[in-house]
Amino acid sequence: MESKEVTRRDFVGTAALTGAAALLPAEAEAQKQSTASSHAAPHTTEVTLRINGKEQRLSIEPRVTLLDALRERLQLTGTKKGCDHGQCGACTVVINGRRVNSCLTLAIMHDGEEIGTVEGLAQGENLHPMQTAFIKNDGLQCGYCTPGQICSAVALVEELRKDTVSFVTPDVRKHGPIQITDDEIRERMSGNICRCGAYPNIVAAVRSVYEGSRA
Amino acid sequence: MRPFEYSRANDVPGAVKLLGADPKARFIGGGTNLIDLMKYQVEQPARLVDISRIPLNKIEELPNGGVRIGALARNADMANDPLVRQRFPVLSEALLAGASPQLRNLATAGGNLMQRTRCYYFYDPGFSQCNKRTPGSGCAALDGINRIHAILGASSDCIATNPSDMSVALAALAAVVRVEGPKGAREIPFDNFHRLPGTTPHIDTNLQHGELITSIDLPAVPGSGQNFSYIKVRDRNSYAFALVSAAVVLEVDGNQIKSARVALGGVAHKPWRTAEAEAALAGKPLNERTYSEAAAIALNGAKPFEHNRFKVELAKRTIVRACATAAARGKQA
Repeated sequence: MESKEVTRRDFVGTAALTGAAALLPAEAEAQKQSTASSHAAPHTTEVTLRINGKEQRLSIEPRVTLLDALRERLQLTGTKKGCDHGQCGACTVVINGRRVNSCLTLAIMHDGEEIGTVEGLAQGENLHPMQTAFIKNDGLQCGYCTPGQICSAVALVEELRKDTVSFVTPDVRKHGPIQITDDEIRERMSGNICRCGAYPNIVAAVRSVYEGSRA
Repeated sequence: MRPFEYSRANDVPGAVKLLGADPKARFIGGGTNLIDLMKYQVEQPARLVDISRIPLNKIEELPNGGVRIGALARNADMANDPLVRQRFPVLSEALLAGASPQLRNLATAGGNLMQRTRCYYFYDPGFSQCNKRTPGSGCAALDGINRIHAILGASSDCIATNPSDMSVALAALAAVVRVEGPKGAREIPFDNFHRLPGTTPHIDTNLQHGELITSIDLPAVPGSGQNFSYIKVRDRNSYAFALVSAAVVLEVDGNQIKSARVALGGVAHKPWRTAEAEAALAGKPLNERTYSEAAAIALNGAKPFEHNRFKVELAKRTIVRACATAAARGKQA
């Protein structure tokens, strides 16, 4: 491309390298070296991930988590790193229909699998119903937990349609449609935390999509 | 995370061979605890043997009414399985009480058995005194913040607790862990799977290096297994480990208990069953006095520490609540 719109990410990345080089020559040199060597790391393996329907080939070390592969190698930065220890849910993606914490699994373990991220929800300009519901119900403030919340909620609705039980369900021995109380939604979303406290609106958003899907 | 070699095993013999060849190799199934520990450099395996694609995830009936759960069955699948929900509902409840939906989708049955304690001093290598991480270095929890630590079965070398909800239910159900290793296959009764700390807290289980858990067998319980409960007491409503938990299964005959299973979580290095407490319930009427007497026996000899004295009374009341809930269930399904 001849003219390229400079994104904030590009600008800050360039400024950081340039600024570092001007003020701290030794550190900048080391940083440049480490950036260069990270692309020639030892013991890399070919890993193929099918992300939002598109095949992506990576040459990575086994220790690269799925989260880091998405963000650092594929520039799919919609999925967030909140705690990196499976405690916040900001890194939630959907693998073969199941919501998981991408920070606590290795990319290499999912070679050949179907991975859905927040980037794959909208179809062009058409938002996914869950995205629309989050906006309509004001289910976010800073937005950092939001991609994880939305991916988690999308998978949750599918789990409910399969009548899966939760700790809040009165009797696990009974089968059939689950009665969707607010407590059920909260329990099923308990793996996604929100420091801004948008929970009541998140619950409303999830409820609206579930009820819409069952209508 | 330190770099490591990675291999993928396609079958059990292959997995056993790969692990046996390297004393510093570990199996990885779901990885939800192992990868966490590797990020903190508490675990530093030189090689990971990925067993996640081995077809060991079936849940099937056994003759005599029991159920066999493949070691690679995901926690969420175990909890939602129709056989488990119908015949061993206490296990389904215990599984649903643990972790978060995302973690339950990845975590495996075998991995859940192998998860390590969440003692703060174990989990943070910044603390040098941890006999579980570094034998002989001491136990920082003994005179540290020991709110989440043991009140039963501890030693002066280690007062850590086992964090698994699933294991509490498996203890009450007298499960059998089936494994395969370089010397062949064997069965480990659940009570022998996890160890007490004693003078060897660095060894959590009686699994030998190179042995792979292949399945967990649940024998049929006396009675219908329908008078059950799993009560978990914790600081939050969800997504938190137990301060104290209790799994109870009662065999009920009219207004009387014929036999009982009671297991406690959050109180010891392994799920805690007391034969005397279970015997104290047998033949007794279904009322609170029965449950309280059994609870007192179960907590006999409890030794709390500075910050967890509350656990003794809490454990008693949790047993009482669990028994009352189990009694109220009835045969309705």
